Amino acid sequence: MRPLSSALLALGLLALLAVPFFPQLVYSIFVMKTLCFVLFACAFNLLLGHTGILSFGHAAFFGTGAYVTGVLVKAYGVPTELGILAGGLVAAALGAIIGALAIRRSGIYLAMITLALSQLVFFFFLQAPFTGAEDGLQRIPRGTFLGIVDLRNDTALYYVVLGIVGAGLWLVWRTVNSPFGHVLRAIREHEPRAISLGYPVARYKVLVFTISAGLSGVAGALKAIVFQLAALYDAHWHTSGDVILMTLMGGMSTVFGPAVGAALVSALNHYLDPFGAWVTVITGLVFMTCVLTFRQGVVGQLGQLLRSRRPSAPAAKVDSRPHTNHR
Amino acid sequence: MDILGIPIQALMGQLMLGIVNGSFYAVLSLGLAIIFGVLKIVNFAHGAFFMVGAFTAFLLAQYMGANYWMTLLLAPLLVALFGMAFEFLFLRRLYGLDPIYGLLLTFSLVLVLEGGFRVAFGSSGQPFATPEQLRGTINLGFMILPLYRGFVIVSALLLCLVTWYVIERTSLGANLRAATERSELTQAFGVNVPRLITLTYGVGVGLAAFAGVLAAPIFHVNPSMGSSLVIIIFAVVVIGGLGSIMGAIVTGLGLGVVEGFTRVFYSEFSSTIVFLVMVLVLLLRPAGLFGREEG
Repeated sequence: MRPLSSALLALGLLALLAVPFFPQLVYSIFVMKTLCFVLFACAFNLLLGHTGILSFGHAAFFGTGAYVTGVLVKAYGVPTELGILAGGLVAAALGAIIGALAIRRSGIYLAMITLALSQLVFFFFLQAPFTGAEDGLQRIPRGTFLGIVDLRNDTALYYVVLGIVGAGLWLVWRTVNSPFGHVLRAIREHEPRAISLGYPVARYKVLVFTISAGLSGVAGALKAIVFQLAALYDAHWHTSGDVILMTLMGGMSTVFGPAVGAALVSALNHYLDPFGAWVTVITGLVFMTCVLTFRQGVVGQLGQLLRSRRPSAPAAKVDSRPHTNHR
Repeated sequence: MDILGIPIQALMGQLMLGIVNGSFYAVLSLGLAIIFGVLKIVNFAHGAFFMVGAFTAFLLAQYMGANYWMTLLLAPLLVALFGMAFEFLFLRRLYGLDPIYGLLLTFSLVLVLEGGFRVAFGSSGQPFATPEQLRGTINLGFMILPLYRGFVIVSALLLCLVTWYVIERTSLGANLRAATERSELTQAFGVNVPRLITLTYGVGVGLAAFAGVLAAPIFHVNPSMGSSLVIIIFAVVVIGGLGSIMGAIVTGLGLGVVEGFTRVFYSEFSSTIVFLVMVLVLLLRPAGLFGREEG
């Protein structure tokens, strides 16, 4: 890693560790919510940025994580850490099923299929007897972490959330920088060639779908524990749109760009909340601007700027990701 | 008289409701297919334009005192103009890029339009009166048909057939099909392809708005009336394939009928049956029923 990025990373980590000590400066619940979306967006980008697959139904996995964890912890008294794990696992299983169905088509059709399937999941949560329908699953107890740490304390909860999100991000980073990740990029750049080289492309796609869905489920599970609420909005297509915006805004050709995008969108939602329905309008306008003029995202654009100022470095590659071929 | 323990009146009533919904699916997926054919963009805002069509009709009737027939003509025209402006100013910049960006741009338009109408009118529905001439019912012998629903079915189907005729049988349609296949070559033959593209987007959007006006007296006019619909339309399009005009019409109608029957026999599945059919089609015939776009 280049010194600049390691310095930035260390600085960011220090700032995150210090958050609970400055309650008058930042609201730690807000930071925890942002962290959940950071994990969600980075997991989502495994598909969009690194494999070139646009899923328009990732809210299904986020919502599944939230509901499964909520039901297990609230109704069955399952320990919180096992509940979160189960939320992630069920979401991963769902991801394997939806992924296996969706990859039978590609490009724009795949986006439409994932959206339709996530609507199916949404209706399930709307009608199932254990979800509280429109009210959502309320008053989920936070419990303890590993039986030692009392999570009703916001500071303790904050460090647990930070730790789990950090582990999740590490997994994303490992996935991207593994031989598996290289194959994913090969699929993104030229799928027929990856097939002709003998890679079982369909299996790779389902696997990355599963990983992405599982981490999204963990993000949803954490959100449910932090807010003690699993709501229909978590599984709504608006949430699927939000995570795409986060990824696009941060920069989908980077590993941690979506994290920056998640922080920006989350701040946007937070500070615009008093304006009610205007939030949707403004989010839409920001989204429009990003698609029209800012397709590399904040981090992608910055990276390009830095590279172009150092002539010795390899020239910045202009890149119109995602490269999906639409069959 | 009963069929499988269901009174025939109830069965026919649901079937008719299914055909009404199916006509909306047909008109909307037809517009989506036309736009996709020429622009290679999936118009996520299709449901939003449906909603804007209904609202425009509502506003015309409320503030300009326009009668139903005028709104049925004017609202789609106004919305089509708006759509053409959107294509000309924004969508045009994304041609040649990955089609996913077109999907995302039209998605962002959904947020702006839906949010905008919610700011202006709130989330609850606005009532819209059925035109006087079409109130009442006719007795068909086996069932009683509300006149307006019959009118919706007939005019939606008529509109589909006219669109099909224009595309498949006129010279304008021939130009359009040529632009779909080889846009550069068509341009070289002297057809103004960019104008044709704008026009196509306008027609597709106008069709959606027309369906919106037709739907206004049946559903309440509200800002989210289009977004749940557009997701169903996407499933319809995945099932039928975007490649064929007739395919879009037939699939739309057929799924409406299937949905109607489901409401009779397993009502808890009625909101998800279209998605379940989509799963089945993906498993058995991944290219879609009329799939030829995969080639």
